[in-house]
Amino acid sequence: MLEILQDFWLQLLIGQYPKGPLGGLVMTLILAVCGLLASLPVAVLLAIARVSPYRWVARSAAVFVNCVRGMPLLMLIFWSYFVLPKLTGFSLSGFWTLLAALVIYESAYLSEVVRSGIEALPRGQIEASRSLGVGYWTTMRKVVLPQALFNVLPSMTSQFVSTIKETSLGYVISVNELTFAANQVNNMLLTKPLQVFGLLALIYFIVCFSMSRALRSLEWRVRRARAMV
Amino acid sequence: MIELQQVNKWYGEHHVLKDVNLEVARGEVVVVCGPSGSGKSTLIRTINRLEAIGNGKILVDGDDVHAKSTNINRLRQKIGFVFQQFNLFPHMSVLDNVLYAPVNILKQPRAQATELARSLLERVGLADKVKAFPGSLSGGQQQRVAIARALALKPPVMLFDEPTSALDPEMVGEVLQVMKSLARDGMTMVCVTHEMGFARDVCDRVIFMDGGVILESATPEEFFSAPKTPRAQRFLADVIGH
Repeated sequence: MLEILQDFWLQLLIGQYPKGPLGGLVMTLILAVCGLLASLPVAVLLAIARVSPYRWVARSAAVFVNCVRGMPLLMLIFWSYFVLPKLTGFSLSGFWTLLAALVIYESAYLSEVVRSGIEALPRGQIEASRSLGVGYWTTMRKVVLPQALFNVLPSMTSQFVSTIKETSLGYVISVNELTFAANQVNNMLLTKPLQVFGLLALIYFIVCFSMSRALRSLEWRVRRARAMV
Repeated sequence: MIELQQVNKWYGEHHVLKDVNLEVARGEVVVVCGPSGSGKSTLIRTINRLEAIGNGKILVDGDDVHAKSTNINRLRQKIGFVFQQFNLFPHMSVLDNVLYAPVNILKQPRAQATELARSLLERVGLADKVKAFPGSLSGGQQQRVAIARALALKPPVMLFDEPTSALDPEMVGEVLQVMKSLARDGMTMVCVTHEMGFARDVCDRVIFMDGGVILESATPEEFFSAPKTPRAQRFLADVIGH
C-alpha cells in the first residue's frame, strides 16, 4: 500500500491536474466544503420555515423535506444529470450537477437537525428577548439560532461527515473526485484492488475523523469559555 | 399607568382570569399574591402580551396592549419583565445580556451603550461580573443581571413574575434589595411574589387572587392585619403561620 501511495499520491491528491482537470482528494474537499457552505444556510431557512407560525410556510417546507428524504441520493444525482438538461435546455458540468444534488439532499436532512435544536430551546429564551421589545427575526438571529446551532453541533457533525462521503457518488457521473482517482489508479495497476481501495478507505477515514475531532474540540472550547461545563 | 378592564381569559374550558379589573398608578408598587393556580402569573403575563386575553382591555401608558394596531415591540420597550427562571442568554456575557436591548433595538453603538450597562450592573452590585457568563453565576446573581437587562431601556414600568421563587433562600435577600431600591426610586412595579415581608415593607397595595378572581385589593396594613375574605385569611395563616 505504501508503494501505491508513493507512486500515485499526486494523482490521488489532485487528479490529472495541471495537465488535466483537477480531481482527487482536493476535488472531494472542494465539493464537500462547497456543499456544506451552501446547504447550511438553506437548511437554516428550511428549519425556520418549518417552525413558522404561518401554516402554509411550515407545510411547504415539510413537503420539500419529506420528499427529499424519501429519495436515494443516487437517484437525485441521476435525475439532475439526465432530466434537468432535458427540462431546462442547458447542460451543467458533472461538478455543478453533483453539488446541486448534494445541497438539495443535505439541506433537507440538516434542516431537521436544526429544527430539533430550535424546538429544544426553552421557551423562556424567546420570551426574554420578545419581552424586551426585540422582534421575531432579530430574536431568531441573536438568541435562537446561535444557541440552537451550537446545541446540535454533534448531530450536525454526523451530517457533515456524511456529506464528505457522499461526494464519492459523483463517481457515477464521472466527477473527478477521490473515488474516481482511486479507480483510475486501480485500472492502471489491475492486480491490486484490495490495496487501492483499502488506501481509499483510509483516506476517507482520516478526513472524516479529523473533521469530527476538530468540531468536537471546538465545541468544548466554546463550552468552557461560556462556563457551560 | 396600567389599567385592566374586565379582562377574561380561558385555557380551553378552564376560565383562568375572570372579569379582572385593576388600576396601577404611576410610581405605585403592587404585589399580587395568592395560592398557586390562582392566575396571578397569567395575569402579569397578559400585561405585556406574553399571554393573549379572551376579552376585555389592558392599557399601559394609554396604549391598548392587545389591540392588533398596537406596535407591540415598541410598547414592550416600556415594560421591563423579570422571569422566575431568569432566562438570561447563556451564550452571551453578562455585559452582552444587558447590552442586548440597547444595541439591537435602539441601535446604539456598543461603546455608548456600555456605559449605561456598566452603571446598571453596578447598581445591582455586579460591576465585577461584566465579563462572566451566566453559567458561572449563582441564581441570585443571575436574577440581578436579569433585572439590569430589563432596565436597560429605562422602562417606566417593571413586571416581576415570582422573581425569587427559583432561588435558594440565602439569595432571596439580594434580589429583594434591588427591587426595594427600584421601588424607592419611584418605579411603577407589579410583583407576583410569595415574599410577604417584601409586600409588608415595600409595596403600596396588595392584590389577593384566587380562582382567577381578584378577591382583595388593600394596603399592606389592612391586608395583613385584617384580611376581609376567609380565603385570604386562610392563605395568610398558611404563608406566615409556620
